Amino acid sequence: MEIFLQQIINGLVQGSVYALVALGYTMVYGILGLINFAHGEVVMVGAMLALSALTAMIGWGLSPLLALPLSLILAMAGCMLLGYGIERIAYRPLRHAPRLAPLITAIGVSIVLQNLAMMIWGREYHAFPQLIANQSHHIAGAIINDIQIIIIIMALVIMLALMAVVHRTRLGRAMRAVAENQHAAQLMGVDVNRVISVTFMLGSALAAIAGLMVSVNYGLAHYYMGFLLGLKAFTAAVLGGIGNLRGAMLGGLLLGLIESLGAGYIGDLTGGFMGSQYQDVFAFFVLIAVLVFRPSGLLGERLAERA
Amino acid sequence: MNKFLNNKIIYFVVLAAVLLLPFATDALLGRGWVRIVDFAMLYIMLALGLNIVVGYAGLLDLGYIAFFAVGAYCYALTGSPHLATAFPMLFPDGLHLSFWIVLPMAALLAGGFGVLLGAPTLRLRGDYLAIVTLGFGEIIRIFMNNLNAPVNLTNGPQGISRIDPIQVAGVSLNATQEVFGITLPSVHLYFYLFLSFTVLVVFVSHRLEKSRIGRAWMAIREDEIAASSMGINTRNLKLLAFAMGAMFGGVSGTLFAGFQGFVSPESFSLMESVMVLCMVVLGGMGNIYGVILGGLMLALLPEVLRHSVVPLQQAMFGKTVIDPESLRMLLFGTALIVVMLYRPAGLWPSRVRRRELDTDEVAP
Repeated sequence: MEIFLQQIINGLVQGSVYALVALGYTMVYGILGLINFAHGEVVMVGAMLALSALTAMIGWGLSPLLALPLSLILAMAGCMLLGYGIERIAYRPLRHAPRLAPLITAIGVSIVLQNLAMMIWGREYHAFPQLIANQSHHIAGAIINDIQIIIIIMALVIMLALMAVVHRTRLGRAMRAVAENQHAAQLMGVDVNRVISVTFMLGSALAAIAGLMVSVNYGLAHYYMGFLLGLKAFTAAVLGGIGNLRGAMLGGLLLGLIESLGAGYIGDLTGGFMGSQYQDVFAFFVLIAVLVFRPSGLLGERLAERA
Repeated sequence: MNKFLNNKIIYFVVLAAVLLLPFATDALLGRGWVRIVDFAMLYIMLALGLNIVVGYAGLLDLGYIAFFAVGAYCYALTGSPHLATAFPMLFPDGLHLSFWIVLPMAALLAGGFGVLLGAPTLRLRGDYLAIVTLGFGEIIRIFMNNLNAPVNLTNGPQGISRIDPIQVAGVSLNATQEVFGITLPSVHLYFYLFLSFTVLVVFVSHRLEKSRIGRAWMAIREDEIAASSMGINTRNLKLLAFAMGAMFGGVSGTLFAGFQGFVSPESFSLMESVMVLCMVVLGGMGNIYGVILGGLMLALLPEVLRHSVVPLQQAMFGKTVIDPESLRMLLFGTALIVVMLYRPAGLWPSRVRRRELDTDEVAP
């Protein structure tokens, strides 16, 4: 029972991160109908930027409680700029090109980002400095620490804020209008290009937050961390129904739970044949299963069949 | 008539040049380069296989190297002493199947994996295929890395070594042989083997392109709804393209395993998939000769970089600031973006493809 509860906690923490990244995929998909392959790398850049800023600020003698939010803001700003740039360079010129073209530029962008990051930050794993006294709490035999609590609460707050932006503000209305029908929105006076840029920037800001969360939680950052994370977050978005914001959140949390419960119990289920090193394959099988049985996802509407 | 004669002469010159290539390379650049050319041939085969998927049918496959891995591991397991460690009772000295028996099996297995992956995804939008194949490429690697316990099937990250060399008519290609008084070192022999396979792949690609199936693929690529309303079974044909590409990947994989004598999960990373994709995109999607050009260029590029960038940096900064490997990937990524933006049909485009990719029509 303790193990079960522990896995639930781990799953929720991991799932919150997936949900934040999945939101980035789903927002862009909702508006442009495009999978932004480079999104996982934006998460990585966010984590790396935050780490560098943090290390520098601690070096200047800044209090960690001040340095942490400051470096988060810096990372978010950097990622927003990056997201804007990616859309501007790799996607906008190809908006009316055949579907294959933006997919190929997207993979190009993520290769470039990965290798630039490797040149700047090196191949090694960077340890994230431990800043706050990370106290552990015992709940019915399972352990949850302060950082994990902060991650879950922060993710919830951010998701609620995003929902408020999309459903209550003028910008959100414009985003929904563009998602519904780009041409009609344009005729109604919506600046479509601006809305798309802002969407990319919003998604990238969320990615930066997620990047910081992952690296604080595991205490590590690495130039390759964005790839698998991006893949899983995409799975989460598909699981919830891509293009649907609530779906991304639900899918993220569910995937986190599936993964951690799966990794916790796969040893028992397969009689010790497979161990927790197969944790990463669950997301993939979930993805295949969703595509076979319910391609529109849990909360999504029917997808167009057309490629 | 005259033109026909000219074409014939050109063909003969090209043929002679290709046949003499290993000897010329050996004499001018050294034997190491013949090996590099051999690898280039393997890459060309891979690129031609991917070209069927990406170029003809317009489906993006980002985990193509996984099928290459399936083929390579297929021969590595059945053609080496390795199985003796996994099942000492069943195979006391491993299963040493002949390459020519494993080849069709590996092709079928890779094709089967292609069908397994393609069946659920191909009825959906093309983007899903891209991401599913991307995931598959990673999953295969996780399995190869971890299937060494409890039964040591893949030997984990260490990989499988001592794979039997390929034999042609009982003659091992791993030793220097003498044919008609000409001494042929092992790398030359493999060159001719790979050359014959490449020619076969080119021939099959060419015939496919002109066939009813090929025309159907191109119709699907250009407009799927129009194609299906013309009575084309789009799902099955897309599946066929995908499986066929996978089979070519599997065949190249077995050749790779026999040539190298060693396989490990490291050879099948995502970067390799991207490299093969680059060859197809850069050379010209859908055009066999463009793809061959792309394959040749990109397979030789790392060697050229290694021999130019490192000494250049040494001379300028006294140390290697950027290692050639990451510089190569940076170039690939940039090339993918730049080519798609400014020359979407590649360096040597097929005529149909250029017409299609250059039109700037507004999507409905």
